[in-house]
Amino acid sequence: MKRSTRRRLIQGVLYAVFAAVVLFVILSADWGTIQPYFFNPDIAAAVFPEILTIAARNTVIYTAIAFVGGLLLGLLLALMKLSPVLPYRWLATGYIELFRGLPALLVIFGFAYAIPIAFQWRPPGGNAGAGLIALIIVSAAYIAETIRAGIEAVPKGQVEAARSLGMNSAWTMVTVVLPQAFRIITPPLTNELVILIKDTSLLFIAGMAIGDRELTTFARDALTNQANATPLVVAALLYLVITLPLTQLVAKLERHNKRGR
Amino acid sequence: MIPVAHPATGAAAVPAIEIRALHKSFGSNEVLKGIDFHVDQGEVVCVIGPSGSGKSTLLRCVNRLEEPTSGTVMVEGVDITDSETDLDGVRTRIGMVFQQFNLFPHLTVLRNLTLAQQRAKKRGRAEATTIAQRNLEKVGLAEKADAFPAQLSGGQQQRVAIARALSMDPDMMLFDEPTSALDPELVGDVLEVMKQLAREGMTMMVVTHEMGFAREVGDRVVFMDGGVVVEQGRPEDVLGDPQHERTRLFLSKVL
Repeated sequence: MKRSTRRRLIQGVLYAVFAAVVLFVILSADWGTIQPYFFNPDIAAAVFPEILTIAARNTVIYTAIAFVGGLLLGLLLALMKLSPVLPYRWLATGYIELFRGLPALLVIFGFAYAIPIAFQWRPPGGNAGAGLIALIIVSAAYIAETIRAGIEAVPKGQVEAARSLGMNSAWTMVTVVLPQAFRIITPPLTNELVILIKDTSLLFIAGMAIGDRELTTFARDALTNQANATPLVVAALLYLVITLPLTQLVAKLERHNKRGR
Repeated sequence: MIPVAHPATGAAAVPAIEIRALHKSFGSNEVLKGIDFHVDQGEVVCVIGPSGSGKSTLLRCVNRLEEPTSGTVMVEGVDITDSETDLDGVRTRIGMVFQQFNLFPHLTVLRNLTLAQQRAKKRGRAEATTIAQRNLEKVGLAEKADAFPAQLSGGQQQRVAIARALSMDPDMMLFDEPTSALDPELVGDVLEVMKQLAREGMTMMVVTHEMGFAREVGDRVVFMDGGVVVEQGRPEDVLGDPQHERTRLFLSKVL
């Protein structure tokens, strides 16, 4: 048998096995029973428009706040970690290791319940605000490591060129290193952003006011009220509606940026 | 401010670069083993030698991209190893050209030339742009102002790098193997720009493998090997009639 014929044959068998497995799973599911609980059109219609005007909107707003906050705090931590000042490095390393090691859910819980009691201080924005601060703090730990890797990936010659022109280290960082670092880390930062969109679902643990609910909290409440899982399916689809165009946009941005490399 | 050399004696001049007893180690590896070296104002000094001889390290010590382990480095009479010295200020007077060009890839050619003028010399945008365009014209690339470095050939990138250094109006230029990363057919344009600079009286320290350039343009050739200056003198003497065995050995390999 010719090599190419054999390869095509093996490929054909693999496709057939895949199709058989998919078909088996689809056919063995009890669609008649599932449909009214998971894909009920009446219940799906009932969660609109609030699931868009309140829940999806809040998810986007929370993600934006947490990402911008995480970027700023993460940048500060990354610069501290690369600083020649030893205590700054210790502080940044300790912070990053602590908050990467803890489940985000526990941090959010702690900020919403423990901090107000411990410090007699209520974060702005109520429980949602407290949860968001926690989310910023956790995402900053991950983003800091990404930014640090990006800064270190900028060739040493770039810094040498800037410094040999008489630019000080701060201007060199701002005008030469960081713009190149952020180009390098666009893909992993997108990843952080997509993870963050989904991590806003953890905010439910903070216990949110009606108008503050994001997609998952909203859908869980609807699930309880209606005794039907359809709102969860709608929420899942809306997450995809948010994340898919975003990843497409960033892929486009990345291609655009390649020009300057 | 800087005393001008007396035409007859040269005695009043402060050397552009004066290095005394310079040692530099990387860990336990001693790369420079006590270098005494100077470049007079308006002089073109070519430093040659086998790779690993320490010539690039010597050049990089002049603007303190490498920290000397011991010894003094004076630039126009100012000790740059002194922690009180305004190093950034001194660096604006020393142009540096790298083997790998090191243009800023995220900025246009024009922005490459104006960035440090604005940030380090505090020039306004309009003035910086005028100076940048003048220097781009000088290296024959005025029409590339809006291009990105990646859109240029290696030779063009190196000429932009020279223009970038010149835009700071430096008193001297350091060249670290400026043509070593270039395809052979692109070397000529870069050397031509450097020759023109030399004719205009620019003080230059050039680490190079281009013996033709050293012979034609250099006022003095310095041969380094194993972290020491083995011999130096007029190009025709060092290259034509070397006194040391190591120099002869090196030249027999490259010429």
